[in-house]
Amino acid sequence: MPQPISLRLAAVLGPRLGTCVCVATLLALLAMPALHLWTAESSALHVSAYSLTLVGKILCYAIVALALDLVWGYTGLLSLGHGLFFALGGYGMGMYLMRSIGRDGNYQSALPDFMVFLDWKTLPWFWRGSEHFAWALFLAAAVPGLLALVFGWLAFRSRIKGVYFSIMTQALTYAAMLLFFRNETGFGGNNGFTDFKRILGYGIAAPGTRAALFALTVLLLGAALLASRCLVNSRFGRLLTAIRDAESRLMFCGYDPLYFKLAIWVFSAVLCGLAGALYVPQAGIINPGEMAPANSIEIAIWVAVGGRATLIGPVLGAVLVNAAKSGFTMAFPDYWLFFLGFLFIAVTVLLPRGLMGIFNAGKGER
Amino acid sequence: MTRSVAMPAGGREGEGLGRPLQPGVDTSNGQILYLDDITVSFDGFRALNKLTLTIGVGELRCVIGPNGAGKTTMMDVITGKTRPDSGTAFFGQTLDLSRYREAEIAQLGIGRKFQKPTVFEAMTVGENLELALAGDKSVWASLRARLDGAQRDRIDALLVLIRLQDERRRLAGRLSHGQKQWLEIGMLLAQEPKLLLLDEPVAGMTDAETDKTAELLLSLRGKHSLMVVEHDMAFIASIAERVTVLAEGAVLAEGSLAQVQADERVAEVYLGR
Repeated sequence: MPQPISLRLAAVLGPRLGTCVCVATLLALLAMPALHLWTAESSALHVSAYSLTLVGKILCYAIVALALDLVWGYTGLLSLGHGLFFALGGYGMGMYLMRSIGRDGNYQSALPDFMVFLDWKTLPWFWRGSEHFAWALFLAAAVPGLLALVFGWLAFRSRIKGVYFSIMTQALTYAAMLLFFRNETGFGGNNGFTDFKRILGYGIAAPGTRAALFALTVLLLGAALLASRCLVNSRFGRLLTAIRDAESRLMFCGYDPLYFKLAIWVFSAVLCGLAGALYVPQAGIINPGEMAPANSIEIAIWVAVGGRATLIGPVLGAVLVNAAKSGFTMAFPDYWLFFLGFLFIAVTVLLPRGLMGIFNAGKGER
Repeated sequence: MTRSVAMPAGGREGEGLGRPLQPGVDTSNGQILYLDDITVSFDGFRALNKLTLTIGVGELRCVIGPNGAGKTTMMDVITGKTRPDSGTAFFGQTLDLSRYREAEIAQLGIGRKFQKPTVFEAMTVGENLELALAGDKSVWASLRARLDGAQRDRIDALLVLIRLQDERRRLAGRLSHGQKQWLEIGMLLAQEPKLLLLDEPVAGMTDAETDKTAELLLSLRGKHSLMVVEHDMAFIASIAERVTVLAEGAVLAEGSLAQVQADERVAEVYLGR
């Protein structure tokens, strides 16, 4: 008797269903920039510049959620300061974008407008080289990575754990926000960077530029997912969960948790930095508000909503919460935070393993 | 006494950077562990008070003592979790344990089983043993690690030894209490330690499980040196050669079980006379 096609499909795809859905989704996302470029605006298939940019930004958030999942979901280190690494990556790219404005700013100076406004005559030393795209990209990854390395080394070496670690990360991002708010710091104070004109010579708002940035974001998300999957499926990944569940047992097995924590912590921070670097040209602005403690807490909510230690879950959580946010803030702008709080409570009480808990129910039995 | 065995270059520098610590332990005079005059105080309370104790190579030593006698603190000192205020702890004749971190001490060849069975509950029994296997325990090695045939055989043999051969793919969190205790002992053995410290290995076990554990420990004697802390006197009686009684952070009596049971001072601390 012939089996129904759906059953046969399920039998073939069964164990790989999740991977297939992921790949299909990524391919569908890659079609979006094509639809933006090559369909008429009147067409039903046309993707508007607004939608493309919105989804692009949300995908950057998804990468950050994935990065937090690696340290929180798998390793048990709840960071409430991941927004800082994201913002630093954004500032790295933002420096290049500011320099690319050239003399097209309001003051027609070679210096960025805010420096002219502050009556600065020369670029500060740390802006040197920022006219090169490659250097900016390097900064966007290296600065968050280096900060994570130093902070992580101090915190993990002193065996700071649990809520104390979370509070310290929160304090770190808050301190950085206050620092970046100051004009003297040299990053545009509370206005940050904006009014970008071009990137690598292409107009920042040109359809082709938007499409390329979007495609790069999808590719980075795909690569990050793949790399994270390899990591968590390796012995390294099992050691991370061992740190989460029984760190002292692991120490007495002969592993020094310090280096494992540090490795995943720095990897996570670099991933956030790269996401920030892709976010800023799409959003068109970066300011110290990105370092606000509430932003970092929101990242943790995306991960919790999607489901910790699932990789896909946090991506899903970031997308759903942010999609809800953009819809909700248009309809009822005053009530978004109430809704977010309610969502967090509801997920914690009803779905302690997040949305992925629904799909994975019963999978824990082996 | 000559230092025939090379010390690793600096206990603190370069640790964990991919270099497995594999120094030999010099046991040429027949002792594997020397605790000499160790004192540990917590807020004025002397958990260990000039404790001096040695363990011979291949010996199975039982340590008993009332609550608060310092048994667990002694294990903390040996494994690097607690630093003594004074006194020294030597592994073999040459390795000063105060110069090493916990993970390094484990790699030197001291394995520890906790009072409460502690295994990695989200992993299978087989994966638990795999992580514990002796070998390069750096980050870099863990990223590229694959089990080879010899390691598979080693895990198979351990599973038989700890009677969990049918549970290999089961999540460790789903094992019974006694099985978790065995798994933890199996993980210790996977490290190929020279000295095993077992803190209440039969706590919470059924009588049948306790008997099997006694059998297992007796079979390890000679190949490894063991220090067993236990309250279960029937269990002690079934395995003990030499018994050390701790009280108030120091050795009160030492000898065969019959000798220490006959000791008046031992009866005093236990019965509070």
